[in-house]
Amino acid sequence: MGLKMIVMVKQVPDTHNITGDAMKPDGTVNRSKLPAIINPEDLNALEEAIRIKERVGGHITVITMGPKKAVEVLKECLYRGADDVILVSDRKFAGADTLATAYTLKFTIEKIGQFDLILCGRQAIDGDTAQVGPQVAEKLGINQISCLLEVVEISDKEITVRHSIADGYEVARSPLPLLVTVSSEANQPRSPSAKRVMIYKNIETNSDETDGNSIPTGDSDLVQKITEWDADFIGADPAICGLAGSPTQVKKVENVVLAANDIQQVPPTETGISSLMHDLMNDHII
Amino acid sequence: MSDKKQVMVFIEQNEGKIADVSLELICEAGQLAEPLDADVVAVAPGYDMKEALASLGHYGCKTVYRINDKRLAHFTSNPYAKSIVNLIKTQQPEIVLFGATETGRDVAPRIASALKCGLTADCTELQIGEHKFKKQVYKNVFLGIRPAFGGNIMATIVTPESHPSMATVRQGVMKMTPPDTTLNAEVMDVESGLSDDDFITEVIEIVRKEKAVNLGTAQLIVAAGAGAADPNTLELVRKLADTIGAELGASRPLVDSGLLPHDHQVGQTGTTVRPNLYIACGISGQIQHRAGMAESQRIIAINSDPDAPIFNIAHYGIVGSLNEVIPKMINAYKDKA
Repeated sequence: MGLKMIVMVKQVPDTHNITGDAMKPDGTVNRSKLPAIINPEDLNALEEAIRIKERVGGHITVITMGPKKAVEVLKECLYRGADDVILVSDRKFAGADTLATAYTLKFTIEKIGQFDLILCGRQAIDGDTAQVGPQVAEKLGINQISCLLEVVEISDKEITVRHSIADGYEVARSPLPLLVTVSSEANQPRSPSAKRVMIYKNIETNSDETDGNSIPTGDSDLVQKITEWDADFIGADPAICGLAGSPTQVKKVENVVLAANDIQQVPPTETGISSLMHDLMNDHII
Repeated sequence: MSDKKQVMVFIEQNEGKIADVSLELICEAGQLAEPLDADVVAVAPGYDMKEALASLGHYGCKTVYRINDKRLAHFTSNPYAKSIVNLIKTQQPEIVLFGATETGRDVAPRIASALKCGLTADCTELQIGEHKFKKQVYKNVFLGIRPAFGGNIMATIVTPESHPSMATVRQGVMKMTPPDTTLNAEVMDVESGLSDDDFITEVIEIVRKEKAVNLGTAQLIVAAGAGAADPNTLELVRKLADTIGAELGASRPLVDSGLLPHDHQVGQTGTTVRPNLYIACGISGQIQHRAGMAESQRIIAINSDPDAPIFNIAHYGIVGSLNEVIPKMINAYKDKA
């Protein structure tokens, strides 16, 4: 039998490794030049799901909401051990804030049907909001635990986890179903399996087929095609998806530019350094 | 509901002790309340704590809505979220603020989702201002200003149609006002509206470690970066910190290398600091790091690369090797002290 798990992932620009190419002459970042990657902590969430499956058995469905090119992150998940993957993609989802995203994911999960555990990364590195996980839990009317560090015990009825709290950690037990957000400290995600890369590198999505929308049965051992769903299929009301369903508006965006201070150059000599230290001492700074 | 407008702060408590960030937010709420002609109020789920809550008045809080329930002694998501949602529905505050801590970041999104409100995460600055959208002019709206894209942009977020507007705010960023111990807040008990079924999660064990470092309140910080990522150089940096009585900070690459625990990390994913003196040793000054220390009163940067971005925000720049510069600093200090 085993657990039915859903892992939510996001494709993000790699904001943590900004290389020269993505840097504009004025010192600001050209966001469109950043490579698109799977959000790092979502890989920790997937890894945790795979470990649970190895421990007690189960089935892992990975979902992502995003543009067509987000299939790339779903392939990454297939390479690592996902059993099914679903891309939820529609122009109507564009401009979604966390609340509108949570609505869309809620409808997607309800379309999948029954589940025991939902996992996602603690936060995404583009927005760093950490909001979508708790909001999906609220929309589904289930409980949540944030910042998972370790699964202590798990059965088909309940889960005991260690998760981080201010200045420490807490061990907590909760019945299933539950949503957990997973921290990077929880595990070291495995690398893609060479065998699975061979199987899935050329996998196609079903969007070109006329009867495109279908629910993966999970009957077959191998995924034949990446499932793609749109707003109509999951039954999402366009008024609460995307920009229309987003209560937050971006009023202004300012690039952070290095503001040059009046800098006093101190020569790395004994005299130079000792004069600096004495100035600081005379000013009672140190 | 009160006939006066209210700016509300969620009071986070750990084992009955009020978190510093909650006090910072009470002070900041005072700034926001002024143009709105609003009262600063607090919502405090927990157990007991009456005196501690009354003392929030020292910082300008007028009323504390205490949700007093033994089952709320420890934080868990669902009952905290539900009881706060109930209070927000009755009191209808204009703005609700949460600390961007593990607890605040867990509970605030759940509340925003239940109320279908906008929530701006991890703000570093809050304002009241005007917003124009589709020929409509919103006056006195709440503006949440936050770093995004790994600190490369600052975004101003508005939620003009949300009642209330909500935000989580980074710890250590908002300034505290000096307490006025003659003022106490009125503590009003309110019903939680919870049933036993709402308490889904059972807390089995809580372990809190005494923090090895306290960067948030440190006045002197000596911080090590990738340029100090070998044990000998790091030891030198530590020695400089010990000599002048400073706390030891670090940049993310150094923490990632495993030489120092995360408690030492300064920057967007670590602690935000504003000491009198910050000595950056071998730190290149990536934007994520600068976001957490740029407000230091004086910054000394030591780096062998004259083009390191850290020199752009430093007040004193020393281009040179740490192994040569730091011993000279230690000697100069010892000679005079």
